[in-house]
Amino acid sequence: MATMTAPPLSPTSPRPEGSRKRPSLDRASWLTYVIAFALVGICIGPVLYIIIGGFRTNAEITTDPSGWPSTWQFVNYAEVLESSIFWRQVANSVICGVFTTLGVVVLGVAASFVLARYNFSGRNAMYALFAAGLMFPMTVAITPLYIMIRGLGLSDSLAGIILPQVAFALPTTIIILVPFLRAIPKELEEAAAIDGASRLGFFFRMVVPLSLPGVVTVGILAFIASWNSYMLPLFILNNESMYTLPLGVQAFASQYSVDTARVLAFTSLSMIPALVFFSLFERRIIGGLSGAVKG
Amino acid sequence: MSDSLGEGKLAVMSSPEGPAAGGDGAGPAPSPARRSKGPDWRKRLEIVLLAGPAILMFVTFVMFPVVLAAYYGFFKWKGFGPPTDFVGLQNYVTIFQDATFQDALRHNAVIVVLSLALQGPAAVLLALLLNQKMRGRSLVRVLIFVPYVVSEVIVGTGWSLMLQTNGAINDLLTKAGLPGWTVDWLSDPQVAIWSLMLIITWKYIGFAVILFLAGLQSIPTELFEAAAIDGATYWQTQRRITLPLLGPTIRIWAFLSMIGALQLFDLVYIIWGQYVAATAGTSTMATYMVVNGRNAANYGFGNAVAVVLFLISLVIALTYQRYVLSRDTEGALTEGKK
Repeated sequence: MATMTAPPLSPTSPRPEGSRKRPSLDRASWLTYVIAFALVGICIGPVLYIIIGGFRTNAEITTDPSGWPSTWQFVNYAEVLESSIFWRQVANSVICGVFTTLGVVVLGVAASFVLARYNFSGRNAMYALFAAGLMFPMTVAITPLYIMIRGLGLSDSLAGIILPQVAFALPTTIIILVPFLRAIPKELEEAAAIDGASRLGFFFRMVVPLSLPGVVTVGILAFIASWNSYMLPLFILNNESMYTLPLGVQAFASQYSVDTARVLAFTSLSMIPALVFFSLFERRIIGGLSGAVKG
Repeated sequence: MSDSLGEGKLAVMSSPEGPAAGGDGAGPAPSPARRSKGPDWRKRLEIVLLAGPAILMFVTFVMFPVVLAAYYGFFKWKGFGPPTDFVGLQNYVTIFQDATFQDALRHNAVIVVLSLALQGPAAVLLALLLNQKMRGRSLVRVLIFVPYVVSEVIVGTGWSLMLQTNGAINDLLTKAGLPGWTVDWLSDPQVAIWSLMLIITWKYIGFAVILFLAGLQSIPTELFEAAAIDGATYWQTQRRITLPLLGPTIRIWAFLSMIGALQLFDLVYIIWGQYVAATAGTSTMATYMVVNGRNAANYGFGNAVAVVLFLISLVIALTYQRYVLSRDTEGALTEGKK
């Protein structure tokens, strides 16, 4: 409110210096709220469209695609929640997510510890190896990877998803974790050594607990990436009973393309876990991502 | 196939066993007697033990496939039995003579350039805006990041429903009194690439804003105070202080954005499917690879496309690192410092 009154005052203000500064700052902040509000609306709008669309009827969606539900229908969500297909896909996605996260955390912490706390020739080369992996998302490797996974007898199995996902999540994990582990004071390590702990003892008793915040960050990132992963399951999983949620959403959307409301309900339910994890750990995720890029 | 199977299995199997066996040996090894030799041997064992599994996984599933692709790319191969029909560079000749691939390559170039041009300036402005003290800033930060967290499949499904000819967007335009603005967002080849850019910008701009915000917060406030004392205006301060100091963050973001745009697959494949993308003018090298490789069961050819995609990305990445990122002494990609 106060900001609204500022502009009319400015022309009467006698000092050019002060008049130029004050109103521009105030108006900026008023504008800031408007733009921020619009930005949030644009970002959230489509997501809300999916969620709210799930509460409408197909007839409503057809006649008035951008309208509000006249009466809130819970039947679409209920039907999805009652279907065994949905829960089987949830289970598959959970299995993939949990084991990918575990694998990434265990292998990532161990490798990052070596990179952060050991001096050896080849350390820079090892870091460069993982950092180079950051440049190549799965797209480049997927065709031969599929042949390899099939050769290992892992196609149509969740292990065929989990193993490559762990490997492809390692670069980000290591780049986020190394600075974390390096920040643990040298004195702690020396104190532990005086108390008779070996370097591995130090690793398990001090490093693992102290790096927990970083571990949570990379763990959540790995889980969300696995939860959302599309290309790898598309190649590896042909059997519908092994489908993870992203493949399930797509199959459902093409199978029930006339039943738009149910597709929207299915879609919104499938994004809940990623959104919940994200909102719980938002600060850590954002901090970890920006930390990784800043170096 | 049989030999690749044997090799791969061996590499994978040895990963859990190696460290476990090593672990038994390392446990009771604290040897005060062999002090000069012991620590070094021990340290090496620890390094192998701790880093070995990660390196093995990484090499097996990330690096090795690229080598495999280079090999398979020389064959005409349907994916069954060992590849025998050696065709030399024929696959590569076919790729570069194929007008569909040239289209896909051109689309990729457009997507790379437009991603940088649309998201970069907008994200910098938004980050400057949100860097001000305002109520609810942390909530805004969370909410603008939501599209980034939602999966590509959901984004694709939702947006393709909204952008249908009789979907929500056209309906909203009609309601807003702009029926002339309604178009076939997804099928009109003149429009489709812009619809794709709209969706890409929507999905990924939050990531850029968050990175830039973090970059802004690391700029010492003394600099802004000094500028204010010297009488600099807001925009002068931003241009002379903020932008140069935000440079490293912007350059890293641009790098990640380019790599992502070059390898774009999910959104296009989900929204346009395997048949329509080429006619709608949104196909990318990756969708070309999947459609003509796996879906057509031409694995030799698909692997050759993978190699082309890899080489193009590599050349661009190395060039960018050499000429742009090398200016930043503390880039995450160049050095593991800090």
